[in-house]
Amino acid sequence: MSEAQVPEAATLLKVRGLTKYFGSFAACNGIDLSIAPGEIHALLGENGAGKSTLVKMLFGVLQPSDGEIVWGGKPVTIQSPGHARTLGIGMVFQHFSLFEALTVAENIALSLDPKIPLTKIAEEAKNLSRAYGLPLDPNAHVADLSVGERQRIEIVRALLQNPKLIILDEPTSVLTPQEADRLFETLFKLKAEGRSVLYISHRLEEVQRICDRATVLRHGKVTGACDPRQETPGSLARMMVGSDVAGVERAADTPLGDVLVDVKNLAVPARTPFAITLSGISMQVRAGEILAIAGVAGNGQGELFDALSGEYPVADDDAIRLCGKPVGRKGINGRRLLGAGFVPEERHGHAAVSDMALSDNLLLSRSQSDRKTFLSGGLANVIRHDVIRSIAKRICGEMDVRKSGDNPAAGSLSGGNLQKFIIGRELDRKPQVLIVNQPTWGVDAGAASRIRQALVDLARAGSAVVVISQDLDEIFEVATSIAVISEGRMSRPYAASELTLEKIGLLMGGVHDSTSRREAVHAH
Amino acid sequence: MRIELERRASASGLFSVVSPILALTLTLLSGALLFLMLGKDPLHALYSFFIDPLLEVWSLHELAIKAAPLILIAVGLSVCYRSNNWNIGAEGQFTIGAICGSILPVMVPQWHSPMVLPLMLLMGMLGGALYAGIPALLKTRFNTNEILTSLMLVYIAQLFLDWLTRGLWRDPKGFNFPQTVSFAPEAVLPELLESGRAHWSIVFALVAAVAIWFMMRFMLKGFEVTVLGRSERAGRFAGFSARRMVWFSMMLSGALAGLAGISEVSGSIGHLQPSISPGYGFTAIIVAFLGRLNPLGIIASGFVLALTYLGGEAAQLSIGVSDKVTRVFQGLILFFVLSCDTLILYRVRLIFGAGRNVEARS
Repeated sequence: MSEAQVPEAATLLKVRGLTKYFGSFAACNGIDLSIAPGEIHALLGENGAGKSTLVKMLFGVLQPSDGEIVWGGKPVTIQSPGHARTLGIGMVFQHFSLFEALTVAENIALSLDPKIPLTKIAEEAKNLSRAYGLPLDPNAHVADLSVGERQRIEIVRALLQNPKLIILDEPTSVLTPQEADRLFETLFKLKAEGRSVLYISHRLEEVQRICDRATVLRHGKVTGACDPRQETPGSLARMMVGSDVAGVERAADTPLGDVLVDVKNLAVPARTPFAITLSGISMQVRAGEILAIAGVAGNGQGELFDALSGEYPVADDDAIRLCGKPVGRKGINGRRLLGAGFVPEERHGHAAVSDMALSDNLLLSRSQSDRKTFLSGGLANVIRHDVIRSIAKRICGEMDVRKSGDNPAAGSLSGGNLQKFIIGRELDRKPQVLIVNQPTWGVDAGAASRIRQALVDLARAGSAVVVISQDLDEIFEVATSIAVISEGRMSRPYAASELTLEKIGLLMGGVHDSTSRREAVHAH
Repeated sequence: MRIELERRASASGLFSVVSPILALTLTLLSGALLFLMLGKDPLHALYSFFIDPLLEVWSLHELAIKAAPLILIAVGLSVCYRSNNWNIGAEGQFTIGAICGSILPVMVPQWHSPMVLPLMLLMGMLGGALYAGIPALLKTRFNTNEILTSLMLVYIAQLFLDWLTRGLWRDPKGFNFPQTVSFAPEAVLPELLESGRAHWSIVFALVAAVAIWFMMRFMLKGFEVTVLGRSERAGRFAGFSARRMVWFSMMLSGALAGLAGISEVSGSIGHLQPSISPGYGFTAIIVAFLGRLNPLGIIASGFVLALTYLGGEAAQLSIGVSDKVTRVFQGLILFFVLSCDTLILYRVRLIFGAGRNVEARS
């Protein structure tokens, strides 16, 4: 398919039948891919489709179980990331590997030959970053930089090796729309110089905008190779997901009830040197309402969730009121007893313990709120395993959780199914207030639409819902009102219909009065 | 050629059963090799080490006496380790428990009452718990590493006992031997059976093991221990406090080590002396892991490790090797148990061919 479009001689990288097994599971299965010099090639696919495994093999982090990698016409075995760099392959990972306490130049120096003096590195990094439109101060401490700037360090670090191919793993998932635009300009510059880019994403609009060709993966196999500009978002999505995804059904008008979540001037000092300080956060959410809090990752969403859930109670009892009662100093179970439910962002090791059974994970969040049902034996608190198991089964049925076995370990479920269980665990209580952080992060499209529908249904039934999310599509799908968090401060809530993508982007960049200070987004 | 460890999709049921047996077999084989290199007949040596002690009634009693403190301490340690608190100082808590429990019979030997023994046991538990509270306090207040603090406190406890028995508490009529007065009869833990020396501490050990097993298996407290041990963040989400768990697990294991200490002194020795333990507190760490941190498994592994003590004594007499051989065997067991347990979660693959780098796994 794709080979036909590119003559053999002009191929920079060619991959034939690349396969990777983890145990008996094939994360990548017979992948074919070819990249020409000077092209931006998209690698599309859902979470878990095998994109990351594929690029880890290309970068020498993983060794393929089978198949062949041809680089510049010669078959190669890429032994390590260091080897990949000498071949001319650079990579920018989704999760940055930077030391926050070191400066930009020091971080770059760590990946280079130790003999090169630091001043020279700083100089080169500065020149490079200017040449590619990636402003960067080599002497700044990483801890003080925004996520977008941190990404620039990674890109500059990759560029210093003068690579022929740069692999970018979901680069825009942490950027505002404006920051993403700047990144695209850089990519076009690289392309003009004849460098190739392998661009991994699941955002279809982006891929259509910047990529010359796309390879689509699903369940570890190539399901399509195409020119994204010839396709519609719908046809690309079908290749990615394998079927059409149901849209979320919204109620026309849900009557609003009492204020159930009332936050007034919430301030939380940073717990660790690298945490975000929250200040002046206020919001009111009524029964029937879904308030979505948008923002780029790492702007205080985690800290806000910790304060709202009571995992880290705050000093001022009146700063947070749930269902009319002051709860600032109450712990998480005290708030649950008032009728609130919570779903944190991280599934493994926070919302659930991976190697414990689903029934145990049900007990995890509801041991106090349902103690009459779940426990017996008075002070001995004997766990009623049989009751809990049958309720876990009911939740799996209601949320369509697909699993192997009757009561498997949480870690054995796919991300989407585990998330459905975690959301279902709270919905099963019919909470009056539900606070969710990144409800569909890393979740496949089918499960994501199921979860969003459940959130909408819960609000329609008369609960107040707060959704903290980075995913703007999701926000527009579910929210009745939208606020934006940036650097620990939150904008006022806007009605969902008042906001455009552009306006949200500006708010995400920290500009609250958007008309006068547009330029400020790029300053910093 | 290279050897690779590949993670299994799920824990292997077969290997969780086979692993301890494999570990014991490998221990025996290396032990045989060891004796061979010392110029002893390996079969005879292993026989007198592991079989002989099981053939006489008196030595079965000794086995129970040695197994009791090991099981008591290891059961407490299993709760610590499951909750991710690494108490290495059970030997010190054992010692302080023995000292605190001995306050009554040493300082007020003239008080004769049936209350003496229960009070001694309680004070022993309290002493051990409070001593384990020191690393708990340091960990919760100053975020110190409990492995280091609890280990260092062992030496403090041992030197304190040494000082007491040579100084303040030395028996004035004891011909200058470094030991306290002998305990009065009502301060001595009674024997269980007519046939030998085994006393009530083995009963305490079995009751504690079953009680802790019930707690870990059926009670919310046990669930809390497991959750906080696996993930502190998930524990916080459940509303459990990691700080309180540090206190709970450390003081529980301290109390059980203290009980073991006073039981040993009151039941087996009958007075305090500078050395009251052949390293029970450290050996119990091996017992806990050989029993897979499961209190019922710990009962079995407690007897196995007790056998190494008896075997060491027997081997010293019958084949004339140093009693250090006990420590060697205990070390071998721990080494093989931990390495065989790797096979539960990983499979070993031999890969022939090009010398690629070992893969990094995410």
